Amino acid sequence: MKLSVLVNEGPYQHQSADSALMFTKAAVEKGHEIFRVFFYHDGVNVGTRLAIPPQDDRNITEQWTALAKEHDLDLVICIAAAQRRGILDENEAKRQGKDGDNIAEGFRISGLGQLIEAGIQSDRLVIFGD
Amino acid sequence: MPMLHTVNKSPFERRTLDTALRHAVKGAAILLIEDGVYAAFDGTVVADKVRAALADHKIYVLGPDVTARGMSEHHVIDGLEVVDYGGFVDLVTEYDKVQSWL
Repeated sequence: MKLSVLVNEGPYQHQSADSALMFTKAAVEKGHEIFRVFFYHDGVNVGTRLAIPPQDDRNITEQWTALAKEHDLDLVICIAAAQRRGILDENEAKRQGKDGDNIAEGFRISGLGQLIEAGIQSDRLVIFGD
Repeated sequence: MPMLHTVNKSPFERRTLDTALRHAVKGAAILLIEDGVYAAFDGTVVADKVRAALADHKIYVLGPDVTARGMSEHHVIDGLEVVDYGGFVDLVTEYDKVQSWL
């Protein structure tokens, strides 16, 4: 089945960021297609590569990056939510005149239309948030 | 199959379980995740309400979130079904839609 996931909360802030990851892992293990994972609101904070959780803690961002690489997942960060929170890719950093970007490997920044499309194209949209 | 309603808040903190139960039609299922699993434990003030809801709904609880809170399956009200994340995925595909009460 074709599934999409919406993540509305940031890592280490609310359990939903962990739940979304665990759910997505279980879904790909069961052979389902993940059409898209969309990060919205504080969920965009999952997509920074500059966060350094303690070594004995889980690294949620790296786990998403690894999962995306292994299963060719489309991890999309909402552009408006990202700009408010300082999550930038190279293009956006250049366009906004910022001195660096921080987006993690495997993520891309795009618009809310990508969430709407995920809702239309997928058999189920599962929402994780607070 | 009707809708799957996920509830992720403790019933001692928010009213989302009540809201979900009010909206869930007969045959719809409830899945308790995150702090929502506190509704699954026997001996609490909401236990009778949850037991009564079993007449119209299958109620599931996410096992990893139960153990993450220092509780175990034998604290769970009889009649509720404990599932893992794979079971969560199965429920999402078995029911027609998913409503996440946040």
